[in-house]
Amino acid sequence: MKFETPATQNPIDQMKVIGRATDRIDGPLKTTGMAPYAYERHDVASGQAYGYIVGAAIAKGRITTMDTSRAKAAPGVLTVLSTLDHDKPLPLGMMNIAHLYGGAEIAHYHQAIAFVVAETFEQARAAASLIQTEYARDKGRFDLAAAAPSAPYEPSGSGADAKDIERVGDFAAAYAAAPVTIDQRYTTPGESHAMMEPFATIAGWESEKLTIWTSNQMIAWNKGSLAKALSLKPENIRVDSPYIGGGFGGKLFLRADAVLAALGAKACGRPVKVAMQRPLMINNATHRPATIQRIQLGATKDGKLTAIHHSSTSSNLPDGKPETAIAQTKMLYAAPNREYWLKLAVTDLPEGNAMRAPGEAPGLMVLEMAMDELAEKLGMDPVELRVVNDTQVDPGDPSRPFSQRHLVECLRTGAEKFGWSRRHAKPAQVREGKWLIGMGMAVGFRDSPNTKSAARIRLEKTGRLTVETDMTDIGTGTYTIMAQTAAEMMGVPIDHVKVILGDSDFPVSAGSGGQWGANNATSGLYAACVKLREQVAQQLGFNAADAIFADGKVSAGNRSVPLADAARSGPLTGEDGIDYGDIVKKNQLSTFAGHFVEVAVDAYTGETRIRRMLAVCDAGRILNPKSARSQVIGAMVMGAGAAMMEELAVDKRFGYFVNHDLASYEVPVHADIPHQEVIFLDYPDDKSSPMKAKGIGELGLCGVGAAIANAIYNATGVRVRDYPITLDKHLEKLPAIA
Amino acid sequence: MSAPSHSSLDISRRAVMVSGAATAAMSALPADVQAAPAPSKPATMPVSFKVNGKDVSLTLDTRTTLLDSLREHLKLTGTKKGCDHGQCGACTVIVNGERINSCLSLAVQHQGDEVTTIEGLGTPDDLHPMQAAFVTYDGYQCGYCTPGQICSAVSVLKEIEAGIPSHVQEDITAAPAFTNMEMRERMSGNICRCGAYSNIAEAMAAVAGAKA
Repeated sequence: MKFETPATQNPIDQMKVIGRATDRIDGPLKTTGMAPYAYERHDVASGQAYGYIVGAAIAKGRITTMDTSRAKAAPGVLTVLSTLDHDKPLPLGMMNIAHLYGGAEIAHYHQAIAFVVAETFEQARAAASLIQTEYARDKGRFDLAAAAPSAPYEPSGSGADAKDIERVGDFAAAYAAAPVTIDQRYTTPGESHAMMEPFATIAGWESEKLTIWTSNQMIAWNKGSLAKALSLKPENIRVDSPYIGGGFGGKLFLRADAVLAALGAKACGRPVKVAMQRPLMINNATHRPATIQRIQLGATKDGKLTAIHHSSTSSNLPDGKPETAIAQTKMLYAAPNREYWLKLAVTDLPEGNAMRAPGEAPGLMVLEMAMDELAEKLGMDPVELRVVNDTQVDPGDPSRPFSQRHLVECLRTGAEKFGWSRRHAKPAQVREGKWLIGMGMAVGFRDSPNTKSAARIRLEKTGRLTVETDMTDIGTGTYTIMAQTAAEMMGVPIDHVKVILGDSDFPVSAGSGGQWGANNATSGLYAACVKLREQVAQQLGFNAADAIFADGKVSAGNRSVPLADAARSGPLTGEDGIDYGDIVKKNQLSTFAGHFVEVAVDAYTGETRIRRMLAVCDAGRILNPKSARSQVIGAMVMGAGAAMMEELAVDKRFGYFVNHDLASYEVPVHADIPHQEVIFLDYPDDKSSPMKAKGIGELGLCGVGAAIANAIYNATGVRVRDYPITLDKHLEKLPAIA
Repeated sequence: MSAPSHSSLDISRRAVMVSGAATAAMSALPADVQAAPAPSKPATMPVSFKVNGKDVSLTLDTRTTLLDSLREHLKLTGTKKGCDHGQCGACTVIVNGERINSCLSLAVQHQGDEVTTIEGLGTPDDLHPMQAAFVTYDGYQCGYCTPGQICSAVSVLKEIEAGIPSHVQEDITAAPAFTNMEMRERMSGNICRCGAYSNIAEAMAAVAGAKA
C-alpha cells in the first residue's frame, strides 16, 4: 500500500481498541519470568556450549602474539578462537564503523580478540583467563577537547550541494545588530545505552544454514550484516529475537556476540550461547559521542529571534559519523538569519553511534538551556519566549509546512497544569528548610520518520488471527499495539489476536529505532489487514468496500456472517506493507513536547532531587496511551540521567571509558525519580499514515535534560553548562547558607 | 589475558609494587601466571535446597553461582543476569524470606535453604498480586529487570512491615511507613534502564494500600 495522500476515514478511526489504555498482552509472561530472552532458550537447540569473550587490553595498536595453548588444554574447553585466526577483519556489517572481529589490528579498547567455548560457563571463563596476549601499543587520540580545534568540518548535504557551513540570511550582521544576545559554550559527555540485558546470542548450524537466537532491534539489518560478516547467503540465515531486554540504539546493529557465537558453533560443531560480560559492554560496543557546542542567539527586545548560530564538534573512529546535535535547531524556532556547522574529529575511543534520540538529545540539552539564558537576559518568561518564536513551517524552507505543530498548546497546557505561574523568574529565591527550590521548562522536538514496513495476518480456521512480522518489541509495547491494530481492523476482541515478532522468516518491518517503530509497523499491518479484509469479503460474497467488520462478524446491508466462516475451507492470509510517497517529504512530520520540572537542591551539599516532572506531548494519535506514557516517562528518566549523572569518563592516557559497568556508570535509580505526569494532546495526523499516529519513543528524552538544568539554575542561581550537573560543579557557588 | 607489554605500563606496575599493601595483592599474580597445568576436572560438590517449594539436588562445579544454578541447571530462566556483579538487581531472588542478589552467592552456600524465584510467586494464569499490579500499572517495559523488581518489591513491603529501618527514615527507631520515598529508597538496588520507576512505585503502592 502506498501512502500518497492524506488518510481519510478508515476502520482505525472507530477507536474501539486503538487509543484505549490497554495492558500489555505480553505482560503476564514478562512479570512471571516466562518471556524467553536470547540467552535463555534452552529449548531451541540441544547440546548448547558456553562462550566467553576476551577483550583487547589496549585501545590502539596490534597484537604481536597470542598464546591460547593453556586455554585449549583447560578442562571442558571445546574450542578457542583467536582474532589472529583471520588475516584481516571480517567484513563490516551495515552501519558498523568499528570491525567486530578478526586480524591483529586493535582499533579500540575491549575489541573482541578471542572466544573460548567450553562445556560450562565456569570452564569457559576460567580458560579465557589463561590466554596470554602481547601487544604493540600505538599512540592513540583520546581527547575530544584537544582534537576539536583542528577538527575538519563535516559538510551538510552531498555532492555539489555539500556545504561546510549551512547559512540562511546573514547571521553575522543580524547578530551584530541584535539588541539582546547570548553567546555560550556548552559540553555534553559520552553516554552509554546500558540496557539491562547484555548482548546475547545462541547460534546453531544445520549444514550450511545458520540460526541465531539473539537480542536485536533491527532483524533485517542484522541478517544482512551477519551474511556480510560471515560471507554467507542471506537465505541461509535465520535471526530470531522475540524478546529484547532493552536496546536504546545499542542493539540496532550486528554485534560481536552474534559473530562469535556463530564462529564458535561452526568450530565445535555444537550450538553455542554467549552473553557479553557486562564489564566489556561499554568499551566493546557503541556509545553516544560527547559534544562541544556553541550557541549564539540574537533577539529583539520583545524576544523575537533574529539570529541563531549553533555548532557542534564531536569525535569518532576514522570513517565515523558526527553526533548531529544541531539538527533540531534548524527547525525548532523561526529566525531569519541562521548559521550551523558540525565538525568531526578523529579519536580512537570506542565507536560513537546512535543512542536514543541521537543528536536531538544533546542538541536540545544545549539549545534549550541557551533559550533559558536568553529569556532571563530579556526579562521574559521562558514559555513566552518559545511561543513568540514558534513557526508553522520549516524555517529553512518555508514552502514545507509542519503537517501539524501544536507546540504552543503543549506549552500553555503544561504551564497551567504545572503551576508555572508560581515560578520566581529571579533564581535562588525559594527556600524550604535546607532545600533550594526551582522550576524549569524546555521544549521537546523530534521528527517522526516514515519508512517501509510489512506484515502478514492470517485468519485461522478457528476464527482467530495470527500476525507475523520481523518487527521487534524492545519494551516499547509493539506486541500490544499490533494486536490492537489487527483487532480494530478485523472487528474482533484483542484476545483473539496472536502476535509473533522478531523472526527474519517473516515480512520485513520498520524495526525498532528512531521512534519510527510504532507508526510504521502498525501501518504495515493495516495494509495487510486491508488485504485480508478483501479476501474475507470475497470468500463470504461481500463487496469489500461495503463490508463492516465488527463484533466478530462481517456485515453489509441486512446480511451478517461470522468472520470465522471465511476460513472454513482453510486459513486466509493477507500480506502487504506500507510505503510512502512525497506526502511525507512535502510536509515536515514531527512531534512536540513541553517539559516542566521542579527540583530541590540541598543548600549544604548541592545534591539535586527532582520533585515533579510533567510532559505534555503532541505526537499524533496515541495508539495505546498506557504503553505510550511509559515510553515518555522512561525517556524522561533517561533525560534525568543525562542531566544529573551519566558520563563516560575517558582515560586519556590509555584510551578507554573507565566506568564500564553498572555501578560506576551511574544511571537513575528508584530514589532519583518522583511520580511523573504525561498529558497527550489528541491530534491524529492524517498526513503521517493511515494510523494517523507518529513516533513517541524518543520525544520524552528530547529537551527534558535542559528542563532539569534550567530548574537547577532557577533553584541555585548557578548556571552549569557542562553536563552532567553534578554537585561538585555548583557547590562552591551556592547561595550562602545563613 | 596478560597486561599489555608497554613500557609506561611496566613502569607504573613497578611503581605500584613498592607500596606495601599493593605488593601483597600483586605478588599473587606471578604465581598465578606461572601456575602448573590446570587440574583436569573442576571441583564439584553436591548441594540440596528447595526452589519454589520443590526439593532439588545438584552436583555442581563449586564456582557456580546460585543465579547460574537456577538459570542453567534448573532452567528457571525467569531470574535474570544483567551484570553478574551485584550491580543491577536483575538476579534478585528470595532466600529464606530475604531478598539477595543471586549472582553474588555460590550455589553450594545454599545447602538446605529455601529459594523463591519469580516463577514461584505466580504464573501467567495465576499472578501474584504484585505481578498483577505490575501489569495493571505498566511497571515494566523491556521486561528484563522485571522479575528482580517484583521479587524486591514483594520483599520490600515485608521489610517495611517488619520494621526494618532505612536510610530515608527521619527517626530510625520509629516504625517505617509505606511511603513513596520509603519504597523508592529500598528499591534502589534494582535498576530499570527503561525507566518504569514511577509506575513501579504505583504498583507497589496499590499492593501496599498506600499512595504512590
